[in-house]
Amino acid sequence: MIWNQEAECMPLKEKEKLQLNLLKKVVERAYENVPYYKNLFDNLKLKPDDIKSLKDIEKLPFTTKSDLRDAYPFGMFAVPEEEIIEVHTSSGTTGKPTVSGYTIKDLKIWGEVMGRALTMAGAGKKDKIQNCYGYGLFTGGLGVHYGTQTIGATVIPISAGNTQRQIEIMEDFKTSIITCTPSYALYLSEVLEKNDVDIKNLNLKAGVFGAEMWTEEMRKTIEERLNISALNIYGLTEIIGPGVAQECEEKNGLHIFEDHFYPEIIDPNTKETLGEGERGELVLTTLTRDGMPIIRFRTKDITALRKEKCGCGRTIVRMDRITGRTDDMLKIRGVIVFPSQIERALLKIEGLQPQYQIIVTRPGHLDELEVQVEASSNLFSDEVKHVEEVKKMIESRINNEIGLRVNVTLVEPESLPRSEGKAIRVLDKRDFS
Amino acid sequence: MKLKQISIFLENKEGRLKKAINILSQANINIRALSIADTSEFGILRLIVQDSEKAQKKLEKNKFVVKVNEVIAVEVPDQPGGLDSILEILYDSKINVEYLYAFVEKNEDKAIVVIKTENIDDGINALENKNIRLLSSEDVNLI
Repeated sequence: MIWNQEAECMPLKEKEKLQLNLLKKVVERAYENVPYYKNLFDNLKLKPDDIKSLKDIEKLPFTTKSDLRDAYPFGMFAVPEEEIIEVHTSSGTTGKPTVSGYTIKDLKIWGEVMGRALTMAGAGKKDKIQNCYGYGLFTGGLGVHYGTQTIGATVIPISAGNTQRQIEIMEDFKTSIITCTPSYALYLSEVLEKNDVDIKNLNLKAGVFGAEMWTEEMRKTIEERLNISALNIYGLTEIIGPGVAQECEEKNGLHIFEDHFYPEIIDPNTKETLGEGERGELVLTTLTRDGMPIIRFRTKDITALRKEKCGCGRTIVRMDRITGRTDDMLKIRGVIVFPSQIERALLKIEGLQPQYQIIVTRPGHLDELEVQVEASSNLFSDEVKHVEEVKKMIESRINNEIGLRVNVTLVEPESLPRSEGKAIRVLDKRDFS
Repeated sequence: MKLKQISIFLENKEGRLKKAINILSQANINIRALSIADTSEFGILRLIVQDSEKAQKKLEKNKFVVKVNEVIAVEVPDQPGGLDSILEILYDSKINVEYLYAFVEKNEDKAIVVIKTENIDDGINALENKNIRLLSSEDVNLI
């Protein structure tokens, strides 16, 4: 089912025309009403009139999370405060939270895109949606809530936590769709099993899972255990909350609601715009929001865009499942590498301590990737030949995972730096200046 | 007859060899023979000591990676062709030698050589068949 046929299946030309029109307007609104953007544009000698084509968006400066933090709490609002009827914040785990302010119209937009997302996951008027996202400053709970109101489904606003009660309600109310984080869905499935609840007696058919990164393997596990279709939703507080993009039954990427959010992919190092299918950082511009227009927000999420028409009939662009964050992304000889990939390869090797350090250098013109691994008695031998075989074996395991040649160095036990919280896994010694 | 050898992983880093040797010295463990295999990235220090179990414990306590394995020790006549005759036997029996090194010997007319063959038992059989005297740990400690 498609909630808004016109918006979701728009011919390319028409879509681009609409986007350009909306982009011009949002840039003007930001310039006229948000002092932060006015100063920034003035310093760069940019005027809203400079936007003559969609490509001209590349002239505009980026907005980062720290820019939004500096404007805490209400510095990014483009309307008088009395026009704002609701506020949400990000979790604020890495410092002051960022605030998102919504006008009546903004909340309508949010309800609309969430309505489209839920419809895409198979929801309709007859469905009972158990919304296990937290209600509160977090956008998850209310975002889904507004979506259910748009499409006229029944929302069970149970919020997060109290798993026994979740299960009771699920059985008694005949919940057909659940919305929560994928890790909670997994947990829920375990508790259901422990409680000897027969999945067949439940009425579940789909789940809309988001707010954290997850994998295809996790999808398979959730789908098997809960006997549902598990679909991926994407969004972020700074842009609107959940409902920026949603997966359809094809499970082949998430459709971005392009009449409200304009996506770009950039190389996080050079900040250049990348083409279709190239992996890089997702950058989003709000095209329609009044309360808080955001120009070229750097999401730090790594994905790629796919433009070909989807089997579901929608023409709007799809983004791949998020595979990482720029915070820990490395680009080596042009290839994107995440420490987690290397860790995955190492964890598969028996007798190897999962302590490692990645060192990137550029001795000449080419990047070199070294992975230091702690030696252990399982890997060690009195013969050089054997130790070198072990080293080569580790190298080829990593190579299979990341597709790059790598040099593994064995170091002495407990010689790699350890820290209380996040271990320092990457030493990038390349000089980019 | 097999002899216990301990091997120690050494990162190519200043002071690591010194540190390993120092630990043994502090523990009053006498080194009977040693050799170092070095590559551009790491080294393997191989030792014959009087008490390999104690040496292993002390080294591991100090975060060294240690492996104990068995090698062959033979007496070789201290004269031209001495080692050659031993190797001849192994060659004739098609036994590969992985590495070998010599003892710091005090015996006047005998040298002692440590040999690691690809297959230790095959090496021992070949040598014993030719009446070569293999040394036990007691022999080595008495030298």
